[in-house]
Order: sequence, then C-alpha cells, then structure tokens
Amino acid sequence: MAVMTGNITIQSCKPTDPQPSTADWKAHVRAEDFSVFYHRNEAVKKVTLDIPVGQVTAIIGPSGCGKSTLLRAINRMNDLIPGCHTTGLLALDGVDIYGPQIDVTALRRKVGMVFQKPNPFPKTVFDNVAYGPRIHGVRRRAHLAEIVERSCRQAALWEEVKDRLHENALGLSGGQQQRLCIARALAVEPELLLMDEPTSALDPIATDRIESLIAELRGRYTIAIVTHNMQQAARVSNLTAFMYMGELVEAAVTDRIFTNPQQRLTQEYITGRFG
Amino acid sequence: MQLASRKLIDRSFTGLSVFSIVLVAGALVIILTPIVGRGMGAVFFRGTVEHRQVQLDLFGHGRGEDIAAEVAAAEEARRQVYVLIAEFEQELADSIRARRQYAEAMEEVKAGLRELLGPFPGETPVLYRERYGQTRWDRAQIKLQRVLYAETYDYSDPTQMGQKVLTPRVEEFAGTSLEPLFTILPARLEEMLRPRPTFYWRFFTNTATADYSFGGIWPDILGTFYLTFWTILFAVPMGIISAIYLVEYAREGNRIVVLVRTCINTLAGVPSIVFGLFGLAFFINTLRVSEGRSVLAGSLTLALLILPLVIRSAEEAIRAVPHTYKEASLSLGAGQWRTIVRVILPAALPGVLTGVVISMGRAAGETAPIIFTAAVSVARPMGLWSGLSEPTHALPWSVYTLCTEHKTVDEIRHVQYGMVFTLVLMVLLLNSVAILLRARISRKLRG
Ligand SMILES: Nc1ncnc2c1ncn2[C@@H]1O[C@H](COP(=O)(O)OP(=O)(O)OP(=O)(O)O)[C@@H](O)[C@H]1O
Ligand SMILES: [Mg+2]
Repeated sequence: MAVMTGNITIQSCKPTDPQPSTADWKAHVRAEDFSVFYHRNEAVKKVTLDIPVGQVTAIIGPSGCGKSTLLRAINRMNDLIPGCHTTGLLALDGVDIYGPQIDVTALRRKVGMVFQKPNPFPKTVFDNVAYGPRIHGVRRRAHLAEIVERSCRQAALWEEVKDRLHENALGLSGGQQQRLCIARALAVEPELLLMDEPTSALDPIATDRIESLIAELRGRYTIAIVTHNMQQAARVSNLTAFMYMGELVEAAVTDRIFTNPQQRLTQEYITGRFG
Repeated sequence: MQLASRKLIDRSFTGLSVFSIVLVAGALVIILTPIVGRGMGAVFFRGTVEHRQVQLDLFGHGRGEDIAAEVAAAEEARRQVYVLIAEFEQELADSIRARRQYAEAMEEVKAGLRELLGPFPGETPVLYRERYGQTRWDRAQIKLQRVLYAETYDYSDPTQMGQKVLTPRVEEFAGTSLEPLFTILPARLEEMLRPRPTFYWRFFTNTATADYSFGGIWPDILGTFYLTFWTILFAVPMGIISAIYLVEYAREGNRIVVLVRTCINTLAGVPSIVFGLFGLAFFINTLRVSEGRSVLAGSLTLALLILPLVIRSAEEAIRAVPHTYKEASLSLGAGQWRTIVRVILPAALPGVLTGVVISMGRAAGETAPIIFTAAVSVARPMGLWSGLSEPTHALPWSVYTLCTEHKTVDEIRHVQYGMVFTLVLMVLLLNSVAILLRARISRKLRG
C-alpha cells in the first residue's frame, strides 16, 4: 500500500512534463495504475492521479471516456454493477479503498456524492437532509434540526426552504433539489465530495448558484467534479484532469490546462475540435 | 404500406378494442345487476309481523309493547280463519262421507296455513322454522297460492311429462262450511300479516338460526374476516421478504433463483382445489396444526394460494422504485438493509399495498381451499384469537352449501343472494380502500 508522505506532485501521464506549481498540495485520493473493468471491457485504464486535499479537481473528457466510472470508483458505487472489478491502487488518505479491511459504509460516509440528476428521496426536506445523520445514529430532534439548518446554509438553500422543511422535497425546483442533495451529502460531514455533472440538468441561474456554492465549499472539502462544460471547469476548479478513451491524458493546474496544454489531444478537446 | 389500408387496419383495430371493452362492461353489468338487485332483497323487503316477532324473540330487537299490540291485532284478524277450520273439522268428525272426501285436502290446507301464518293456536312445534309464519310478504304471496290452489299432475298424455294442474280449492270445497276461507284469506291476508316496508340492516349483524331461515349472516362475515385476516398475516410478510430477496439479493441467472421463480410461477397456476387437498393432507394430517378443520389450517392454505400473487406484485413494485433512490441512500453510508427498509419499501408501498388488497379479495372469495381445511355449516361463535383452532363459517362456503345441501333452498334464496351480495360488496370495498390508500400514498410520495 502506498503511504502518503510530505508533499505530493501532480502527475500527468508523461513523466517528462515540467512540474506544475503544486508543490504544497497534499493528495487526498491517490490512484496508481488504477483500472476499472466492466467484465472484459477496461473503462478506466491505468490511471495515475492525485486529488489534492481541499481543492476542486475537475475531470473532463468526451462522453464515454470513463469519467463517471473513475469518480464512482472512489466511493465504490461501482460495486452495485455486476461484473465490475478493479486493478491497481486507489487510496484515500493512504488507505486502499479496495483493500480487504475497508468498511464500505464508513468509506461512503467519508466520501459524499452528488449525482447528475437531482435525486431527493420522496420524503420531506427535513427528512432528506436528516437521513444520513439518522443512519449514523443521531436521534435527538434538536441535534438533527441543528444539522439540517447548518447543512442547508452551507448548501445556500436555507433561506428558500426554512419555511417548508416539512413539505415533500419533490415539490422543490430542480436547482433547489440539487442543492438539497448537496446539503444531504454535507449533513454526514464527508471529507470528500464527488459530483458527477451536478449542473447538467439545471438552467443557467441554478447552475450559477451551484458553482458559487462549490467555490464556497473549497478549502473545507475536497471536491472532485465531472463536467462537460469547459467554462465550468475553468471557473470552479483548481486542477483539471483530461481523460480520453479511459486513459488520463493530462492533469495539471486548471489555468495551465486551458492556456498552455502539454498534449495535442487536450488542446484539441478544449478548443472544441472534437468531442 | 398504402395510406388507405393503414387507415383501414387502424380503424378495425379501434373498432375491435371498443367492442371488447363494451363486451367486458356488458358482462359486468349482466353479472352484477341480479346480484345487487336480489342481494338488496335480503335487506329491503316488506316484512310481516312475523318478521318483527322473530326479531324480538330470537335477537331481542324491537319494542315489546308495539310488537305485542301488532301480534294481538294480527291474531284478531286471523281468528276467523281458525274458527272456520275448527267448524269444518267438527263437520268432518261427524260425517264419515265428508271425511273420506275431504280429509286429505284438509290436511294440505292446514299445512299450507301453518307455513303461511305459523302454528295454529295452542301448537308449539320443535323446529324454529315451524314456529313462525312467513316473515316476508313476497314469500307469503307464494305460500298463499299453495293454500288457494291444489296442485296435481296430469299424466294422461303418455308422450309428455306430467303437466302441473292447479285447481282452485274454492271449487274443491264448494258447498262446505270451509268455502268462505278461500275468499277471506286473500282478502284479509294483509291484516293477518301486516306487511310493512322494512330495512333489515341487521341482516349483516345478526346471527342466524341453524338453517338460516331467520336472522342474518354475521357468523359468515366474521368467519370470512378471520380467515382473510390470518391469511394476510401469514402471506404478506413472507411475500414481501421473498420479493426483496428476489430483487435485491438474488443474482440473476443463479440456478436456485431460476428454480425459485419456476416454483412461484407453478404455484400461481395450481388449481385451488389442489391447494385444499394439500392443506388437508399437510397442515391437518401431517403437521396436525389442529384436530380437524380450523381457521388456522384454512388460512395457512389460503396463504399458500395467494403467496405467488403477493410476491409478484411486491416484486414489481420494488423493481419500479427508481434506482437513484438506492444510489443516494448507499452513497450516504447506509447499508443495504437500511436502504431497503427506509427508502425502497416506503417508495414501493403503494404497489405492494395494491397487491395485498387484491390478494385479500382473492382469499376472501376462495371456496375450494377451505372446503377441507376450515369451513363448516354449523359452528360456534368465536373470537379472532380463540377461534384459530376452531372450524368456522365462511361466506363463499355458505353460498355453496345453501344451494347444494339445504333442505328448503327456495325458502332462503334471499339469504343466498344476500351472501353473494355481501361478498361482492366486501371485495369492492377492499378495492376502493386500496385505490384510496394508493392515491393518498402516491400523492405523499410525489409531493
Ligand atoms: N454499467 C455498465 N456496464 C458496462 N459497461 C459500462 C457501464 N457503465 C459504463 N460502461 C462503459 O464504460 C465506459 C465509460 O463509461 P462512463 O459512464 O464512465 O463514461 P463517462 O465519461 O461518464 O461518459 P458521459 O460523459 O457520457 O457520462 C463506456 O464505454 C461505457 O460503455
Ligand atoms: Mg458520466
């Protein structure tokens, strides 16, 4: 198992790349030659990547390149899919996520996830946010109410739902629902938040709110976000990883990727010449 | 394809669909109309003074003084009949010739009168059925005809079956002192029986005399309720757990799962009488859950019968729950079991519930499985818990025995129809409850 020590550098696939100025970023998640298979089909191919603590990492790439697969590997959501298995190393805080000792529910508690389509439970707003804490043993109503308020405030949702906490969450707008899902994920106090195209089902205004929310959460949480929207990646992330056909082509500080990509493929993709 | 021919096919298909819908609706109306119409006859009818007296004597309903007054008035009206009979009997006693001529007819007339008005003054028959006259005006009309006409059969034409011939008794008894009876009786029958529109809602809550001639069908309703209750209690948890296993735990293609599925499908196709025999052989003779027929054995058998129905509907309902709910729950660190209990089952509830209520209707209406395992015609009244090891009445069974084994079926047709009506009503009620519940829960889920 890999042990994290001191300062980690961001690796891109070519070892000859010049080092980006990320010397003091600590890796939260580290992948080394990490592959994910659906039966025979290798959807993620020998990816080596560090996701640094407290930063926003964007994963971009054309459809079907394995972005979601990589993201879902981090909280082992792929376990639900029959025939899905992994090779190589994927570690959270230096602990192998696919190791024999790992407690999957404890892992998922540390790694929250926000899905492409808002997916609140058909319960009240309150019960949605309180779901995680309740699962993890919080019983006292006052404590729960406190958690709900704090999470909703963090998700910039509180003002809109404070008077309708006991209405069904499915009555909220799409953007509100997505922020509710973020609040729900935050309520279990994860260290890491995975977001798989969190704004692709939303209108520009709702998207804007989610983006500023991500900006606010930066520093407190490590965030990994998959997006098809290049501007979004440029706006919200510190670090961008570009994937193509299951392989990691390039990962670097976001400004670098968008101004001075090292790979021709990356340049072609971000300038929209294919995809 | 040509546009014209496509249109033609389109149109004929529409026609066919409309036709089949009309056919189904028609069949439903044709089936339900007599059931409802005649079934209501058990509750709404013109009840005679005898009905009110039965209600008072057997069940303690009604005001004693009122009924006593009515009975007195009726007896006053009937007295003339009994005086005529007594006089004529005296005549017969005095004359051998008259006796030879009229004795037999006289007995018939007296028997008819007993059925119509109850026992003669001074008589106290043993059977309940013979202690009272006709309680319903419609039945009384029929009985009146039996008194007014002699029924004989004409066999003179050997090529045909015997023809029924009705001869008026007035002619038969012409010239005797009994002759006025046959004009007085129809003219004053209303005073003698005092019919009055009656709403006998106690039909549903009264117990019955052993042969159902008087009273209601409460024991049958209660028995059906108990059987259904226990059946659901046995079948639903099992069914839901099986459905959860099949959807959430079983790996598709696993041999055992394939086997289980085949078993469920086969079970669904087994004729219900086979379940009845199986219940007798297994639950009563092998496991000895009870001495003989019992609610326990019957409801276990019924539970087996409806199990595939419950499993299938629950399975479908659970499968219909969006995958995203499960993902969301798991991603928050919930285990699989908690995800099922807290998210999947609540979301599947409307569908599961619908399946449960439909199987309830099925369990309530099945006859064959309880013939050997639970139902009897004469049972003690009992409680939900204490009656578990006792045999019971049940609506479908009673409907069946009343029309196959009852001595005087014609007399209690209205009870039979009342039972059928109640059974249909119960099922309809269950279904509407299901629809309401389903609507309420889905509205809550949808927000
Ligand atoms: N459940 C699955 N079973 C088998 N193969 C799958 C499954 N999910 C994804 N794949 C395959 O894995 C590859 C990567 O899929 P993935 O969903 O990770 O792509 P993506 O980059 O997220 O695409 P998109 O941008 O369209 O969401 C694809 O070739 C896809 O066909
Ligand atoms: Mg994806």
